[in-house]
Amino acid sequence: MPNAILSTLKLRKGLWFSALALVFSLAGGPASAQERELLNSSYDIARELFAEYNQMFAKHWQEKTGETVNIQQSHSGSSKQARAILQGLDADVVTYNQVTDVNILAERGNLIPDDWASRLPNNSSPYYSTMAFLVRDGNPKNIQNWDDLIREDVELIMPNPKTSGNGRYTYLAALGYAQEQFGDDQEKIDQFMSDLLGHVKVFDSGGRGATTTFVERGLGDVLLTFESEVNNIPELNPDKNFEVIVPKVSFLAEFPVAWIDKNIEKKGTEKLAKEYLEYLYSEEAQRMLAGFNYRVHDETVKKEVADKFPDLKLLPIDEIAGSWEEAMETHFASGGKLDQLQRQR
Amino acid sequence: MATTDVSERPAKRLSASATKRVLPGFGLSLGISLFFISLVLLLPISGLVIRTAGMGWDQFWFVITDPRVVASYKVTALAALAASLFNCVFGLLMAWVLVRYEFPGKRLLDAIMDLPFALPTAVAGITLATLFAENGWYGQYLAKLGIEVAYTPLGIVVAMAFTSVPFVVRTVQPVLEELAPEDEEAAMSLGASDMTVFRRILFPTLWPAVVTGGALSFARSLGEYGAVIFIAGNSPYVSEVISLMIFVRLEEYDFPAASAIAAVVMTVSLLLLLAINVWQGRYLKRLHGG
Repeated sequence: MPNAILSTLKLRKGLWFSALALVFSLAGGPASAQERELLNSSYDIARELFAEYNQMFAKHWQEKTGETVNIQQSHSGSSKQARAILQGLDADVVTYNQVTDVNILAERGNLIPDDWASRLPNNSSPYYSTMAFLVRDGNPKNIQNWDDLIREDVELIMPNPKTSGNGRYTYLAALGYAQEQFGDDQEKIDQFMSDLLGHVKVFDSGGRGATTTFVERGLGDVLLTFESEVNNIPELNPDKNFEVIVPKVSFLAEFPVAWIDKNIEKKGTEKLAKEYLEYLYSEEAQRMLAGFNYRVHDETVKKEVADKFPDLKLLPIDEIAGSWEEAMETHFASGGKLDQLQRQR
Repeated sequence: MATTDVSERPAKRLSASATKRVLPGFGLSLGISLFFISLVLLLPISGLVIRTAGMGWDQFWFVITDPRVVASYKVTALAALAASLFNCVFGLLMAWVLVRYEFPGKRLLDAIMDLPFALPTAVAGITLATLFAENGWYGQYLAKLGIEVAYTPLGIVVAMAFTSVPFVVRTVQPVLEELAPEDEEAAMSLGASDMTVFRRILFPTLWPAVVTGGALSFARSLGEYGAVIFIAGNSPYVSEVISLMIFVRLEEYDFPAASAIAAVVMTVSLLLLLAINVWQGRYLKRLHGG
């Protein structure tokens, strides 16, 4: 009897050991082939985009160096993401939808140099977009341009410029249009902006929330958001026959990327992080970005997708408000222009 | 020697009986409690105060009296008041049903009463917004009556009422359970109407619990973010709540301003809780003839 017990014990021990050995060999397998890790901190609605890009890049990196790379994604509002990095999240790269959120990393955290935008082509913005409108089936209110938005019977849905970069872009796009239209007549510009904001039925706290309000809840006549987002919606909801309207004049919305110098030095991921961002400019990656309805810089790809992106006048931030710093200060800071325009009438 | 022995004994017995407690190690457990209270409650609060202290008084005043912020105080306080008043009535009714009646599924209903606490508030917010939107299950009928709920201040009230109703139910329930039906039966046998029984017998015993529950529900509603934000519409001066204003300041990387507004909300909540406690203490004292 004791012998039998002893032998089963031994058997069990043996089993345990082999199981442990198996676990270790499995865990050790990829590690021996040098798995590298990279953390990309990004904005909310880029989840699907970077899921696809990461696969593409991992393949590219393996062909180039033989290493496998495991890319972690972190997504939420890009200001929230920037705050997390300021408070110590050690992301290797950021891919945001607002220049100001990258700037803050240089100003407050000294994590990157002030001239980060000149380190990669096109202001470190591999792709860009603009602000467009989505209207309901058959465009019943006949919306064509910005001035149609302030007609008596039109209700708008847009994200809150106070909590969303998307909302700030929409505000600036409308401001750019008003400046074109009314020239130096500040009173008329203010009147237009105040009218526009007065027609907003719901200020959602983020871009996706605004999309949900318009599409799922059926509120409003026009949704104002990124062209890329607006183009996705009819593709995802073919039964609702939404129409995309791209106004004649709009804002050049750049999507800045940067590697975080302090973090990549610490983690030894410099080459990997830089390649990750540079590869975004490759023809292959640009084609994929265009597939996600973003406008791109690559000439070949641009010609391929020309019919998808109507021509319009794109105003950069310096033409509308001088610079991002000035825009934040004069328009969006508390007590700024936006607050004045929205003051209870 | 002998004398000291004698004098020590009674003293020892006395002190032993004075410090005798059911659970041993009072000093240790008090120490641990205080330590964790400091870590979990006092440290974050003092962090908030220190952040706020970084700014001068006039700066602080400027931030907390910004017209848009003041408008959001009003919206939040009025909505919280409406929600807690509704909860006082509805919660009392729910507690009454749960205590006084037997019916199949009672245990389930009792458990469901805690759902608003267990549910992530964001889930509650999205669900409520879906239901009350113009094309939602409830919203389409309300819209025909000309009542708009989602994306108006009324929506804020609905969300606040939903997330804080268990406070009233769970405060009133035990008091109702204590209440013997004999008094009511006696009153009825003497010919009192239902209304009189409620007014003369039930209400005087129940109202402190209702008020406490209502005040807790009010305090909770003041800070509600997740549930409210999806249904509020967030229009400046109309349907922006105070927690959104804190979030906006954070979004501007203005940490001191966010802390300042947060400190205002915290002070109001603390004062409210203190007031309830003082008032309850007095009430109990009077009740027990102290």
